[in-house]
Amino acid sequence: MEPLRKELAEGVFLTYVPAAKFKTGVLGAQLITPLEESTVAAGALLPAVLRRGTTAHRDMRSIAAELDRLYGASIAYTVRKKGENQCLGFVGSFLDERYVPGGEQLLEPMADLLGELLLDPLTRNGRFLSDYVESEKENLIDAIESILNDKRDYADARLLQEMCRGERYGIDRLGTVEGVERLTNQTLYRYYSELLATARIELFYCGSADCARVEGALDRALAALPRERVAEPAVAERVGAPETVREITETMDVTQAKLAMGYRAASEDTSALLLANLIFGGYSNSKLFLNVREKLSLCYYASSGYHRSKGIITVSSGIEAQNYEVARREIAAQLEAVQNGDFEPWELEGARSCMLSSLRSREDSAGRLEEYYLGQAATGLWEDTDALIAQLEAVTPERVAEAARSIRLDTVYFLTGKEGAAQ
Amino acid sequence: MKWNETNYPRIGETVLRTTLPNGLTVAVVPKPLYRKRYAFFTTRYGGMDMRFRLDGVWHDTPAGIAHYLEHKMFDTEDGNALQVLSQNGAEPNAFTSNATTAYYFDCTEHFEDNLKILLSFVSVPYFTQESVDKERGIIGQEIRMVEDTPDWRVYTNLLECLYHSSPARVAIAGTVESIAEITPETLYACHKAFYDPANMMLCVVGDVKPDEIAAIAEEILPNSRGKAIERDYGQEDMRVVEKCRREAMEVSMPQFLVGFKCPPAADGAALMRQDIIADIACDILLGDSSPLYQRLYDKGLINGSFGGGFDQLPGIAYLYAGGDSNEPETVVRAILDEAQRLAREGVDEAFYQQLRRASFGSTLRALNSFENIAVSVADGAFRGFDPFRFPEVYDSVTRADVEAFLRESIVEERSALSILIPKKEGASQ
Repeated sequence: MEPLRKELAEGVFLTYVPAAKFKTGVLGAQLITPLEESTVAAGALLPAVLRRGTTAHRDMRSIAAELDRLYGASIAYTVRKKGENQCLGFVGSFLDERYVPGGEQLLEPMADLLGELLLDPLTRNGRFLSDYVESEKENLIDAIESILNDKRDYADARLLQEMCRGERYGIDRLGTVEGVERLTNQTLYRYYSELLATARIELFYCGSADCARVEGALDRALAALPRERVAEPAVAERVGAPETVREITETMDVTQAKLAMGYRAASEDTSALLLANLIFGGYSNSKLFLNVREKLSLCYYASSGYHRSKGIITVSSGIEAQNYEVARREIAAQLEAVQNGDFEPWELEGARSCMLSSLRSREDSAGRLEEYYLGQAATGLWEDTDALIAQLEAVTPERVAEAARSIRLDTVYFLTGKEGAAQ
Repeated sequence: MKWNETNYPRIGETVLRTTLPNGLTVAVVPKPLYRKRYAFFTTRYGGMDMRFRLDGVWHDTPAGIAHYLEHKMFDTEDGNALQVLSQNGAEPNAFTSNATTAYYFDCTEHFEDNLKILLSFVSVPYFTQESVDKERGIIGQEIRMVEDTPDWRVYTNLLECLYHSSPARVAIAGTVESIAEITPETLYACHKAFYDPANMMLCVVGDVKPDEIAAIAEEILPNSRGKAIERDYGQEDMRVVEKCRREAMEVSMPQFLVGFKCPPAADGAALMRQDIIADIACDILLGDSSPLYQRLYDKGLINGSFGGGFDQLPGIAYLYAGGDSNEPETVVRAILDEAQRLAREGVDEAFYQQLRRASFGSTLRALNSFENIAVSVADGAFRGFDPFRFPEVYDSVTRADVEAFLRESIVEERSALSILIPKKEGASQ
C-alpha cells in the first residue's frame, strides 16, 4: 500500500503512511507558518504553553496520567524550521493496537488528546493561564541561551543569521531572548487564534490502522477547528552570492576557535549537488574529514551540509585560532578539487552508497518519515524517492564537477578567543 | 546448522538461536519488512572487568583498558575498518559499557560483505607501539573532556560514595594516569582472553538467511574455544562509604544525584524480574505522573530535568534520582518520606495498574530500535534470561512486590547523595 495525501478541510492535509512493521503508531499535527521576525518567538512559545494543560486535563500530571493509561504513549511538542517556514505542534507515539492486551483502541483517544492540546487549552477570561505563560517563557529563554553554551551550534547559527540577513532563512527557529521577553499573554493568545484559523495544518499518521479510521478519528478530534483564509507556506527564495565575500569575526571566551563558511549553489542538478556535498564534506569518508581533519590535523571537526530547499552549503569546523588562514585555504582547496573533478572513483561511489542507503532505510523509521513528509509539505518540493534513487545512480563524475562549479562562497564567520583577536 | 526457533506472539518477534562449535552464540531476529539490516558483535568484557583469573592466576589490569581496546580494534593491517565500512554504505560504530564492548553497523546493501569486515577486524588485533601511543593522546583528551561535564561528575561522585570495592567506582574510560600503563602487550593479552568466540555473541536483526550468517561466522572466526574466565567485582554489603559529597563546578544551578543501594539479583530470570519491579517502583515514587513529582514541580524544587531509574551492573544494583535543584537535600528528604508513606499506606491499586501498563507499553515501544533488540538479546544471552519474555513477567509482578521493594530499598541508611554546587563568580581562573 502506498502513502496517501488528502485534504480534510480547507488547508488541512493528512499524510497517511500505512505500515505494519512498527510496534507503534505515530500521529502528528503541525501548524506551518512563514518565518517572520515579529512572530517567530510567539510560534516557539505556543506549543510549550499548550502542552501545560487543557480544559479536560488541567495540568501536566493529568496529561501524563492519560498517556500512562494509553500504555505509556508519548506526545512531544515540536518547533522546527523547514525551508523558510516555522512548523510547530505535536508528535504522538503510541503502542500499535495489535500488541495491546485485550485489543483496546488507542488511536481515537490519542487523536482526541492531540485535538484537545491544539484546540482546547486551559484558559481564564479568554487568555492562557499566566503561570503557564510565564514559566514557559523562562524555559524558552533558557533554551535560546543554551545555544550559546555550545559554541559549535552557536557559530553555525550566527553564520546563517549573517549570510541570510533580510531573508526568512536567517531567522532562528526559537526567535530571540528579546522577542520572548516582549511577549504578553494577550499577544500570544491573539497569535494562537490567528494561527488556528489561517495556518496550513499538516496531519501525519504512520501505522497499521486503515485510512478511513484515521480520518474519522481526526475529523472528530479537530471538529472545532476554525478555518478562515488559509495562508500558504513560504517558498524558499534562491539568492546569489554577493560580489565580495562577507567576512565576520567575533570574539568570545573560547579555547577552540570556530570557522563556519557559507556558500550558495545555483545548479538545478540536485542529485549531482547531493553527491558533490558528500564528497566535499558530507560524511566520514569526505575530503574535509579525510584530508583537513585526519591527514593535516587542521581541525577538530570539519563537515559540510547541503540545505536543499534554499540552495545553500555550509561548512562547520573547529580549529586552533592561529590556524585560521591555513584552515580556510585548505577548505577552499578541497572544494576546488571537487569543482575540478579531482576525485577518485571510490570517492564518488562511497558518497553514492551513503546517500542511497540513507534514502532506502528512511521507510524503516516512522520518525524519519514524519520529518520527511513534513519537509516536503512545508517546502512544496515534492519528490519521488524511487525517482531520486534512479537519478543518483545515473550521476557521472562530470556532472558532480559541473554542479560543484556553481558553488560560490558567500560568507565567512570566525569565532575566536580574546587572545586570537589581539593578534 | 541447527537453529532453536522461539516465537513471541505477544510482542510480534521471533528469535533463532544457535551455538557454533567454537562456542560463539549467534542469534538472528528476522525482520522481513525492513530494508536495513543490522549486525551487533559483542564481547562480555567491559570497564568493570579489571581483575580476572586465567589459568589459575589472578591478573590486575589498568582502568580503561576495555575502552582503549575498543578504540584500537578498528585499526587493521591495511588501514582503518571504519572507512572501509562507510565506503560500503554502512554506518559502523562501537561502545564500551560497564560489562560489555560492542561493535555494530547497519546498511541496506552488501550486508554479507560488511559482516565479514566486522567479524574480521574485531577478531584480528593489529597494534603497534606507535599507534597505541598515538591513541593515548586522543583518549586522554576524551577523558579530560568527559571529566569536565557535570552529568559525568555527579554520577562518578555518587558511585564513589555508594561503593567500597566495586570496580563501578572507576570510570569506564579510566583516567589519564591509568591509561599511561597500557602497552601493545597488555592489549594483545586482554584481546586473547576476552575476544574469544565462547565469550562473545553475534546478533543480526533484519531480513537475512540465518545459515549464511552462521557460515560467515565459522569462516572468519577462530575454531578453537578459549578458557572460562573468572572475574572479581569486589564484595559489597548494603552500607555506603560516604553519605554526601559536594563539589564546586561550572554549573548555573546546583545539580544532584541520590542513589539507593539495592541487593543485586542473581543472573537468570530473577534479574529481569527485579528490573521490572524497580522500574515500576521508580515511576510510582517519582515519575512524572506521581504526586511527588507534581508537588516538587509546583513548589519550584525541581524542573523538567528531574528523573530517575534503576541500574543492575555486575555484582551491584542501585536506584537513582536527580536533576537540577536549588535545594537538593529537601528533595531527597521528600523522596524518602514519600517512599515511607507508600510502604506504610500501600500503593493505590488503580495508580499501580496505570503505571504497570505504562511501563509495559514503553518497554514494547522501545523494540522499534534494532540496537535495542540486539542489546537486550545479547544481555539475556550473557546473563541467562530471555528478554522477550517480559510480558509474562509484567503479568506476574504484583503491587506487593513493588511495595516490598520500596520498603526495603528506599531508606536513609542505603542512600548517598552527590551534589554539584556552582562555583562562585570570579572563583575560576
